[in-house]
Amino acid sequence: MAKTKVSLTVNGNEVEAEVDSRTLLIHLLREHLNITGPHIGCDTSHCGACTVDLNGKSVKSCTVLAVQAQDGQVLTVEGMANADGTLHPLQQAFMDNHGLQCGFCTPGMLIRAQRLLQENPNPTEDEIRAGISGNLCRCTGYQNIVKAISAAAQQMNMKEAAE
Amino acid sequence: MLSELGSDCRPLAGGHSIIPMMKLRLAAPEHLVDLGGIDELRDISVGGGSIEIGAMVTQHELLTSAELGKACPIIAETSALIADPQVRYCGTLGGNVANGDPGNDMPGLMQCLNATYVLESSGGAREVSAREFYHGVYDTALSDGEMLTLVRIPTPPAGHGYAYSKLKRKVGDYATAAAGVIVSMSGSTCQSASIALTNVGDTALYAADASESLAGAELNDETIGRAASLAEGITSPVTDMRGSEEYRKKMAGVMVTRAIRLAAERAS
Repeated sequence: MAKTKVSLTVNGNEVEAEVDSRTLLIHLLREHLNITGPHIGCDTSHCGACTVDLNGKSVKSCTVLAVQAQDGQVLTVEGMANADGTLHPLQQAFMDNHGLQCGFCTPGMLIRAQRLLQENPNPTEDEIRAGISGNLCRCTGYQNIVKAISAAAQQMNMKEAAE
Repeated sequence: MLSELGSDCRPLAGGHSIIPMMKLRLAAPEHLVDLGGIDELRDISVGGGSIEIGAMVTQHELLTSAELGKACPIIAETSALIADPQVRYCGTLGGNVANGDPGNDMPGLMQCLNATYVLESSGGAREVSAREFYHGVYDTALSDGEMLTLVRIPTPPAGHGYAYSKLKRKVGDYATAAAGVIVSMSGSTCQSASIALTNVGDTALYAADASESLAGAELNDETIGRAASLAEGITSPVTDMRGSEEYRKKMAGVMVTRAIRLAAERAS
């Protein structure tokens, strides 16, 4: 099968890879670039474990072809923490509020939540639940995930107000 | 490219139907033509009595367009019931209506709104009514080498009432049954109505008799009930994990009833 060269920016780094035209973005990330934060859960665009940010939108990377990300900007959970190693407020809030148990859905939850909070910095509980409705968690019952996102939103708004 | 490569080739819009179908080996096109770079397919324009929406406009854009929300709010109401946020960032109006999947919500809505589809090929363009576009499951008026590029909707009159009612088991599910309704009211009398149904037959269904039965009628339990049973009468759902044939038929009527009541309430 013909190979295609894909160039894109992942977590701020410019990367290139030679992929089959049928290669999915999730496989480009996990297998070619060794970025294994995004998980493969259902592989049918239901569960959201593979969610990454592509050009400012949350997408399920199991249902995007790698070639569709040509020249794109990708953010995964690996790119969320600050350069000095301190956690993103969402990551900290998930820790503080026990927003995870097994952790399988967490990278997708976090990357989806950061896009949600960019679009809606002050979401209600209902808006959070609707915003993460494409991410399934089989452990927590969502209660603490919603709490964590809400806490992170408050934290980020306070920080912004102080600056 | 589409006309050169013929039936071995499919256009790739948001990819959230064709890629899952390829994974399931239900589709095996040799070539995909990515439409992502064609900006002309991403326009929304409202004016001159009609609304034009390019095929590559995403569900997310339909949900967040202020001018669409003002001129035709039933579109956003429907988009919000499709899949989930991630899928709505990718999924397009063109893909949703052109694929011919009876589970999709936009074909029924477009029949309710009496939309026209513009189909283009290297040989030129033609227009087909949404009410005539669907022949069967994944079977549409599209020919090989032809692509749906634009959806044109006559702007519903100011003060119209609208509702899209969808029964589903969970977020992201296709409808057990769904109905789209547009009405124009004068007091409690219905001037005109348009009713269409989703996922209760091989295609979306425009409920012509049910729609006509409401024109000039006082809206009450009897007239709404009559419209609902006329609509039920044209359905032919299959028994599946969403319910038995009988249940889904009944639910089609219930969705029609709910949508008419809500649309009438919203009309001014």
